[in-house]
Amino acid sequence: MDKIQLLAISSSVIFLAFIARLIIRGKLREEYAIIWIVCSVVLIVFSFWRNGLEYFAKLIGVYDPPNLVFMGALFAVLIYLLHLSIVVSRLQEQNKTLAQQIALLRRNESPESVRDEKDGTEK
Amino acid sequence: MIRIAAIIPAYNEEESIASVVQEINAVSQSSGIHIVPVVVNDCSKDRTGEIIDQLNCVALHLPVNLGIGGGVQTGFMYAFENGFDYAVQVDGDGQHPAEAIPLLLQEAQTRNLDVVIGSRFIDKQGFQSSAMRRAGINWFRRLNKMLTGVTVYDSTSGLRLINRKTLAIVSAYYPDDYPEPEAVVIFARHNLLIGELPVRMRERQGGVSSINSFRAVYYMWKVTLGVLFTWIRLRR
Repeated sequence: MDKIQLLAISSSVIFLAFIARLIIRGKLREEYAIIWIVCSVVLIVFSFWRNGLEYFAKLIGVYDPPNLVFMGALFAVLIYLLHLSIVVSRLQEQNKTLAQQIALLRRNESPESVRDEKDGTEK
Repeated sequence: MIRIAAIIPAYNEEESIASVVQEINAVSQSSGIHIVPVVVNDCSKDRTGEIIDQLNCVALHLPVNLGIGGGVQTGFMYAFENGFDYAVQVDGDGQHPAEAIPLLLQEAQTRNLDVVIGSRFIDKQGFQSSAMRRAGINWFRRLNKMLTGVTVYDSTSGLRLINRKTLAIVSAYYPDDYPEPEAVVIFARHNLLIGELPVRMRERQGGVSSINSFRAVYYMWKVTLGVLFTWIRLRR
């Protein structure tokens, strides 16, 4: 086994263990961990099975097999960033609704404006 | 009896907010129209919050800063939930004269309009804003006209009266920052009747405009995109 294979496999395994630890401690939600687990597993598989990388590179017409790794990694990162933007947008929307509801619950109506209101509804 | 909620979004408006609220209360008294000032304190860093708690108004305190759209929408929600017939948005910096409120209401009632916008530009009187800002406003007028067929001369004006039908729509969805031009598209897409009334505006009495020259370019892009996507989203 080559040095680089050992390096790739050990770093992937360490990374996987780190992800697992974050999940166990409740610092990372499972749905956000899936992509990291999948990526690590793919890395480990291709670290063992180097011909596999060449096989897939040839299959889709990539001249240099390592470029397939870079392409795949970049693509995964981009998709994940998009996913995070969607998550942030949703959080922002939920945050806005919560803030508005708090403001409505904690409203401070001056006695006069409330009295006026009652007058208004009675008429 | 008709009740109007005067929604005043306020962010760091300690210098002007008291006079804005008092002016509205005075107009309510003198005109006999029931106007309740609803001040939305958008997590101000100055004394705006303390001041409005002492005033004769409804004070809504947002726990985090939401920006103008989220603030105004909170006021719309209050007005809708508490059964107000109309809501009028009035800036917290004193640019909008409270005497315009009865006139806006009259216009809405006589012409049977859903939305009445107080416009600086129809008769070109009063404070006219900077040339750059006017150029931007012209652009939004053309864009709105092109997309919806509705001409609104002052689509960035924050002084606008809306009826209960419109309140139901905007308390459910309202754009976040720089919401005024986008809101016009929302109104038009819901086939609401929009009118404009000339109003003489003053220069701001205190505070700083939310739009400075550095943000102007960003503002144009953001609002143009917002207008386009709102138009597409509400297509039927």
